[in-house]
Amino acid sequence: MKIILTATSPSIDSNIDARFGRGAHLIVVDSDTLEWQAHPNPGVGAPGGAGTLAAQFVANQHAEAVISGDFGPNAYGALQAAGVAMYLFGASTTVKEAIEHFRAGQLERVGAPTGQGHHPRG
Amino acid sequence: MKISIASGKGGTGKTMVATSLAFSLVALTPEQPPLFLDCDVEAPNAHLFLHPSLTEQQEVSLLIPSVDEAKCTHCGKCAEVCQYHAIAVLGQKTLVFPQLCHGCGSCTALCPEAAISEVPDRMGVIERGPAAAGISFARGVLDVGEPLAVPIIRQLKKWVRQAPGLVVLYDAPPGTSCPVVETVRGSDYLLLVTEPTPFGLHDLRLAVQVAGELGIPAGVIINRENGPYPALDEFCASQHLPVLLRIPFERTIAEGVAQGKTLVEIHLEYASLFRQVFAEITGLSEMRA
Amino acid sequence: MKQIVILSGKGGTGKTSLAAAFAHLAHDSEVPLKAVLADADVDAANLELVLHPQRLETHEFIGGSTAVIDPKRCQGCGICEQICRFDAILPPFLAGRRGGRQRTSHKGEGYSVDPIACDGCAACVYQCPEDAIHMQSQLAGQWYRSESRYGPLFHADLYPAQENSGKLVTVVKQNARLLALDTNCQVVIVDGPPGIGCPVISAASGAHLAVIVTEPSAAGIHNLQRVLQTTMHFHIPALVVINKADIYPAGAAQIEAVCQELGIEIIGRIPFAPAVTQAMINGEPVTAFCPKSSASQAMVAIWQTVAIHLNGTGGHL
Repeated sequence: MKIILTATSPSIDSNIDARFGRGAHLIVVDSDTLEWQAHPNPGVGAPGGAGTLAAQFVANQHAEAVISGDFGPNAYGALQAAGVAMYLFGASTTVKEAIEHFRAGQLERVGAPTGQGHHPRG
Repeated sequence: MKISIASGKGGTGKTMVATSLAFSLVALTPEQPPLFLDCDVEAPNAHLFLHPSLTEQQEVSLLIPSVDEAKCTHCGKCAEVCQYHAIAVLGQKTLVFPQLCHGCGSCTALCPEAAISEVPDRMGVIERGPAAAGISFARGVLDVGEPLAVPIIRQLKKWVRQAPGLVVLYDAPPGTSCPVVETVRGSDYLLLVTEPTPFGLHDLRLAVQVAGELGIPAGVIINRENGPYPALDEFCASQHLPVLLRIPFERTIAEGVAQGKTLVEIHLEYASLFRQVFAEITGLSEMRA
Repeated sequence: MKQIVILSGKGGTGKTSLAAAFAHLAHDSEVPLKAVLADADVDAANLELVLHPQRLETHEFIGGSTAVIDPKRCQGCGICEQICRFDAILPPFLAGRRGGRQRTSHKGEGYSVDPIACDGCAACVYQCPEDAIHMQSQLAGQWYRSESRYGPLFHADLYPAQENSGKLVTVVKQNARLLALDTNCQVVIVDGPPGIGCPVISAASGAHLAVIVTEPSAAGIHNLQRVLQTTMHFHIPALVVINKADIYPAGAAQIEAVCQELGIEIIGRIPFAPAVTQAMINGEPVTAFCPKSSASQAMVAIWQTVAIHLNGTGGHL
């Protein structure tokens, strides 16, 4: 299935980036075939609502799941409305590791916002 | 006559100068004391010097969209026109992100189903009332956590009553970007308060560029002078910026200002010194007109 | 990797002087911390004046867009002026309106856009019946990657009278953060802007610790409360430094009372010292220029406390 992970470099071999809204890159991966594509995170350039922008990107990709380090209230609300399942990296340090853990069902699924988030209007 | 007091660099003494100028002008036109607007809505300080009674207050809000899901067809037109990504169709819902909205009204106007209405989202207040010596005072205060100062400054400036012959003083925030521009726009003269240090000069250059962009004549007041600083004088001369007043660095002044006293209250002679500054400004403005 | 942001509320309290001292001490103290520096005051960027870095890269910053009206297509209906909420549409020049206060287009033009007032919302673009308006990207400033003797410095200049300063701050910080992660740095030191609005919110975003520099004046105290409310609103732990502490002891006492009530620690008091201005004129952090100055000694102690707090804010450095 199509999943998205936040990463520090634009590659499936990258380390994970713990932040969703401002994680440098969004790696879109087919979790079965491991075909991947990296995209710059639209939340990165934004003074405010980074999580919202990243969430809109994820929703527009029609991903079924997204894996990151935390999901603020805005990102959470947007992803939930879009029907995207949210998971936490947990002990994973690299994107590949996280995909493995995901496939093995070892990642924690998020049922409520995890981060505090901000409310700037920028 | 509208005079803005700005600086570029923070902490050079804008508010001290602006409030001192206000006090000095009371004697000039006692039947119509000046109007003072504290436009530093993020960190307002002028009230500490002018002691106003803020008898009137008005909320400042941004109008943000509210979607009637019953009418919404999820066509996505609103998301298409929004330049701030503040409204989006996600799943079967159209979500509004108030923290991204700039209140432009575009989505509301362009929704083909008229499914969007606007609701006010509070961001701060504007307040006014009489202050010391009969000075009329008004200010804006941005709510903590809100990022946009400009809409408050804009509403503040529209709120106050102008009158012919009235002198209006605008105490600007530090910096050179949009809140300063919004404050200073439309002024007849820009008084730039600087200090004779590399930081002060660096930021004065930027402030002068703002004056240039807006086509407003400017003059300089040097605060905390402590011996010669040729680079600053050379800069002012090269830009044809009149140096209208030099205020020495003095411990008594620093201590007095720390306690909320204007220069006029610390050293009485500043009253006539500032009236002279005003006379020069009016003279210079008239020359240009 | 931790991020510290230095804020103040009121301008001119000494943020940049302290930021420069932190950069020096992080580099040269007995227990050095590998740091990346970021000047988030993009309106009036002063940190480079005391760090004298070598500029390595310059990048353009596109802030937002501005509407532009094609005079050949404009039929003068005025709908744009009616719908614009930012007072950015100028009506046509009318002879006989001389001496009036209202801003208008130049003689011979129809409706035009004031690029300084334009917020970039494009409402006029979509609603112009003649399709006479389009959006144009604005070059709003530049940002730089430089190398100073204490580490890499990311800074920027927002062109005067521009908006989107929060966005430029984010670009500066994001690049600082990424370099710090890539080079295994322990801390990003962010010199923040004055105020509490969007540039400050952007500067503070992601910080593990805020060091708030205040001065014991009526204005300083008042703005300290507002900036503390801001850091609390965004859940950023804050520590307070009182600069020029000796000019108004009663004021310093008031600050102590405010901090005690809010449960905020005061981690240092820097006396007023001419060496600070001297160091600035000399283009050096005061702790490097005049280590014996009372201000320098106070800053050394403050840095040591900050370093301890950084170690304590969850995880190790």
